[in-house]
Amino acid sequence: MSVSNAIDQPAVRPAAARNIARTFWQTLGRRLRRDPVSILCFGFLVAIVLMALFAPWIAPADPYQVNMLQRLQPPGTEGFILGTDELGRDLLSRLMYGARMSLFMGLAPVFIATIIGGTLGVVAGYAGGWVNTAIMRVMDVFYAFPSVLLAVAISGSLGGGVRNGLIALSLVFTPSIARVAESVTVQVRTQDYVEAARATGAPAWRILMTHVLRNVAGTIFVFSTSLVSVSIIIASGLSFLGLGVSLPEAEWGMMLSSMRQSVYLAPLNSVLPGVMIFVTSVSLNLLSDGIRSAMNVKG
Amino acid sequence: MTILSPQSDYDTAPDRGGPRQPMLIVQGLRKHFGIGGGFNGKAAVVRAVDGVSFDVPKNKTLGIVGESGCGKSTTAKLLMQLIRADEGEIILDGDPVAMSRGVSLRDYRRSVQMVFQDSYASLNPRLSLQDTVAFGPRATGIPQAAAMRRAHDMLRRVGLAPEVFASRLPHELSGGQRQRVNIARALAMNPRVLILDEAVSALDKSVEAQVLNLLQDLKQELGLTYLFISHDLNVVRYISDRVMVMYLGKVVEIGDVKDVFDHALHPYTRGLLSSRPSMNPRQRRTEPPLSGDPPSPIDPPSGCRFRTRCSFAETVCAEREPPLASLGLDQQVACHAVTPGSGHTQASAGEGASQ
Repeated sequence: MSVSNAIDQPAVRPAAARNIARTFWQTLGRRLRRDPVSILCFGFLVAIVLMALFAPWIAPADPYQVNMLQRLQPPGTEGFILGTDELGRDLLSRLMYGARMSLFMGLAPVFIATIIGGTLGVVAGYAGGWVNTAIMRVMDVFYAFPSVLLAVAISGSLGGGVRNGLIALSLVFTPSIARVAESVTVQVRTQDYVEAARATGAPAWRILMTHVLRNVAGTIFVFSTSLVSVSIIIASGLSFLGLGVSLPEAEWGMMLSSMRQSVYLAPLNSVLPGVMIFVTSVSLNLLSDGIRSAMNVKG
Repeated sequence: MTILSPQSDYDTAPDRGGPRQPMLIVQGLRKHFGIGGGFNGKAAVVRAVDGVSFDVPKNKTLGIVGESGCGKSTTAKLLMQLIRADEGEIILDGDPVAMSRGVSLRDYRRSVQMVFQDSYASLNPRLSLQDTVAFGPRATGIPQAAAMRRAHDMLRRVGLAPEVFASRLPHELSGGQRQRVNIARALAMNPRVLILDEAVSALDKSVEAQVLNLLQDLKQELGLTYLFISHDLNVVRYISDRVMVMYLGKVVEIGDVKDVFDHALHPYTRGLLSSRPSMNPRQRRTEPPLSGDPPSPIDPPSGCRFRTRCSFAETVCAEREPPLASLGLDQQVACHAVTPGSGHTQASAGEGASQ
């Protein structure tokens, strides 16, 4: 037998081999489960998402029910667990309903921007040359403006409303995601395994799907995750300025805005929407940090 | 007999030219890299490969040796068509490549495959071994099931049992095992020529020997032709049938491995060979046979490029570039000192290399 010099092949039983051969995502999950901070943040986020999803069933009161006699009741008042806002609406219910809009404004623009910016960045990075220059210089024009200013400018010129806020935020995040996607793609493109794939004569799209995307997706995903909290904060800022969500829709940023006049009368009530924004964004950031370090493995 | 199944999933490219037709003929291969324009507008040019010609007989191994930066790897990438040559012609088994009436670039790429030096960087860290090996066949239109079968077949052929290794990821393997996967990936394309660019240089000696033996076996079984690029002269001597010595983008000597190693004609080849450490401690050398670094390929010396480090250099060496001249039965050398009638004082004897 000619091919018998397999000395560096250990005598591994098939059962043990199956144990060793973990996929990338299995390894990632195993590492995350060992990280208490990530678990805690994940728990918070699950709770907030569940709260948002089931708001109509679990909210104790109608979030739009105005009651001028019960204005700015402190937390713990009979019937209002977290008190009421400046129009006497139940604050807990409003926070639950507000989570829906805030999470939507956090996730949707980042999702759209990841699709658009990720595609542009990967194409620019893999193609190189003038394609890269054309795409990336256009991105740089957007990148030159501070993100909050750009969001306010775009949504100000388009007018208020959820849809325009969504467009503005998506445009704000696209360039930064494209940049990250481009730089990792350039790194991956010069690896020998991409050269080896090119040597097989495979078409570019197949090399992109099999060899490039798999190796850049993780980095882009982690970066995008960290943008969700920024998006929530900017969306809240837009609502605060009256550009995003309009009344009487519940949204954390707008609730913060409308109650700021009452901050001396009922400081605790006014701060609560801010606390929600804070907890959500910190959890998202810490979780994406956790994912980033868990992904930082050879495989 | 062999344990190997016939290559039923593939149509082996037929041997068109017969056994005497060289597998690969390379003529006048040239690649200059432009570096920077700068503000003064004078772009420098690196003459990485400057008119390289050679041929490789069927089922033989051509070793390519030379110092770092002499153009070995650029030659490999040019042959793989990973970078475009400025000039030059490649003829695969009698058919010119990428020309009308010749083989298409796609068919050529399937026929010529490469094993890279860095066994870690050349495997996709997110792809299981079977997917890595099956990628090439899949890309050429083989159905998924057949490509997988072929991948398992190839893994077994290089000594990695597919039951154990097929679904593993590269970081779970040793360097030797990874290099075997690289070989399997190249073989899965059913190539006729395999370019091994420092393929065993990163392995430790015992593993290197195993991989070399594997390569020898595969060459016989599959009728492969190898281009073996290495800086390790002993390995080249072991595996090669012919050797080509490169210096600053040029071929300085080419010939059968015995001829070149036993009576090298070019002073550079002699220097390289004597730079190997002696196995006898009583015959230690005290002075390096080659001193200094090769000159920059951006602005190479006039005439013979080796003259700046050559102890036989004379005026003729600076004036004219020595052509690659046939000396002996199958040995070609580019040196005035050994070429009769070149005008060099040592050449007048006719048989210049009397050392």
